[in-house]
Amino acid sequence: MLLEIKNLHVEIDGKKILNGLDLAIEQGKVHAIMGPNGSGKSTLAYVLAGKEDYAVTEGDILFNGESVLDLDPDERAARGLFLAFQYPIEIPGVATMTFLRTALNAQRKARGEGELSTPDFLKRVREAAGKLEINQDMLRRAVNVGFSGGEKKRNEILQMAMLEPRLAVLDETDSGLDIDALKIVSEGVNRLRSPERAFIVITHYQRLLDYIVPDVVHVLSRGRIVKTGGKELALELEASGYAQYQSEAA
Amino acid sequence: MNVEIRQMRTAAEQALADAFARHKDRLAKPAAIGALREAAFARFEASGLPHRRVEEWKYTDLRALMREAVPLAAPPDTNERARAREAGRFIDEAGARRIVLVNGVFAPELSDLSDLDPGLTIGALADRLSRADGAVPGAPGALDEDTAVSLNTAFMGDGAVIAVAPGATIGRPLHIVSVVTAASPCAVFARSLVDIGNDAQMTLIESHEGPADLAYQVNSVLQLAAGDKARLDHVKVVREGGRALHIGTLMATAGADAALNTFVFTVGGAVVRNQLAIVLNGERTEAHVGGASLLRGSQHADNTLVVDHAVPHCTSREVFKSVVDGDARSVFQGKIVVRPNAQKTDGKMAAHALLLSESAEADAKPELEIFADDVVCGHGATAGALDGELLFYLKARGIPQKQAEALMIEAFVGEAVEGIANGAVREALMQTVSGWLAARG
Repeated sequence: MLLEIKNLHVEIDGKKILNGLDLAIEQGKVHAIMGPNGSGKSTLAYVLAGKEDYAVTEGDILFNGESVLDLDPDERAARGLFLAFQYPIEIPGVATMTFLRTALNAQRKARGEGELSTPDFLKRVREAAGKLEINQDMLRRAVNVGFSGGEKKRNEILQMAMLEPRLAVLDETDSGLDIDALKIVSEGVNRLRSPERAFIVITHYQRLLDYIVPDVVHVLSRGRIVKTGGKELALELEASGYAQYQSEAA
Repeated sequence: MNVEIRQMRTAAEQALADAFARHKDRLAKPAAIGALREAAFARFEASGLPHRRVEEWKYTDLRALMREAVPLAAPPDTNERARAREAGRFIDEAGARRIVLVNGVFAPELSDLSDLDPGLTIGALADRLSRADGAVPGAPGALDEDTAVSLNTAFMGDGAVIAVAPGATIGRPLHIVSVVTAASPCAVFARSLVDIGNDAQMTLIESHEGPADLAYQVNSVLQLAAGDKARLDHVKVVREGGRALHIGTLMATAGADAALNTFVFTVGGAVVRNQLAIVLNGERTEAHVGGASLLRGSQHADNTLVVDHAVPHCTSREVFKSVVDGDARSVFQGKIVVRPNAQKTDGKMAAHALLLSESAEADAKPELEIFADDVVCGHGATAGALDGELLFYLKARGIPQKQAEALMIEAFVGEAVEGIANGAVREALMQTVSGWLAARG
């Protein structure tokens, strides 16, 4: 199992958000997590990435069989965990190219690999950026500063493509995207699908799953997985809404 | 019976008075300069060292910070001159012409005075002061009564006198290297004069350094006059030793259609006060006044400036950034003055401090003093810790905490340094930033 979440309980500022969440993900699979606002979707994404504001009060997260609860976010990233942010952060004064290179080399260093040579790095960046319709000018600009919503999300996918994670968590990657941007982003994700890489696609809407077709769909409500099914479950949710799950969980 | 109303002198004030008396023979000649010194010292005597109840020195209580006055520096001996050779080399990539002041004394043998660009002349202030007609220009308004400038006038011994003829473009930057190499604590009072003619251009670097473990004191004044359509890019770098007291004053005036850019970078010194008084005397002139300070330990650095819009249609931008770690303290006092007739003035001032520890402190006092009604002026100041959301984003990409912090600090300072026109100077300053961050661990 690539990822095993066992009976996870999480609080922020004394407020319980996750209440005994269980989830197991195999290599190569795409799991969608759907749920109403406030069900804990983004909390799950942040807790996986290691954000400090969240307190895990019970349970465990195993990545490749190793508990990651005591690892810092950068250590988790170096082991192959990636979070595509719902709201990518602007980093004034740091060029996108510099950022990509610093991140990639930091991860390689943590894994005991050598730094990538400049030509190798540039080649990889240009290739990955080209596929996502990210031009050279964007790469020279400060990370996400003055980027449109679509550009920010494409930049997240570019980072994912460069960092080649084993598990990528996409937190509401579809939010704020028009249909064209949604296609570019989805194609970018689909290109990275492989037997060695798994995805958690967190979304409120079924629409994204037309483009990134999941193997498994989970419904999250009040901090727990309340239903698991195939991709058809997403379509059901689209038709019937989340109301029934909210009352079930209550 | 006379009643002494002024409070007792501090030890430092007494020592300065003793020094002025002891060196009277030398300082009194020639008569015109002697009179100037007398008047300046009398101003100091009347006010004493500035303390926190003096508004301009509110955050830098010199009476408390300057416990003692050290003896005036003696002319440098052979060893002291030899030790000055490597000073200021951190910025060698700029390929600048070096003008070296050792313990405040112009050292021609260490300076590069060969093949001067056409229109450029370089001399020693000591020569000017020794002439019977050797006048020194007075201070522009804002600092007329300033105690540090008065003390400098009373004690100034030497410095560089630089003139650029009208129409001359000096391609190679000039670098005034001020270095203290004395073996025992000493006080340096240096003054340099720079005159840039109409239509002339120059890049001027000014750096200050000295021994790490010596409690020396530097009071340095740079008087700068830029003519109509002149362009000056000035960068000052304070790399004084860890026990040094540095008070540096820039007094600048600019004519019409001129471009005046000045940047002050502070990384060294125990107590540093950079004073800037800039008067825009000609219309349509643009001034960019910037600074960055990197402070740690118990360092105290104060950037205090007055930008005086004396005529209409001038633009000024003031951007100062400081990174404050440990128990250090950063001070910013900035004032934009708009005279009654200075309509269409466009002035914007900002001060930003990044606090890296719980005990770091930043004080900012931006002020606008506007007497005209058709102007666009504004100011802003921020102080805060590194943004936690941003740090998390960087760490989530695999960048460890310290490296993520360094990246953010570099970016923060880099935005200020970016405004410097000369690429090699920018590069040297960012190298200094990297070195500072590396020492942070």
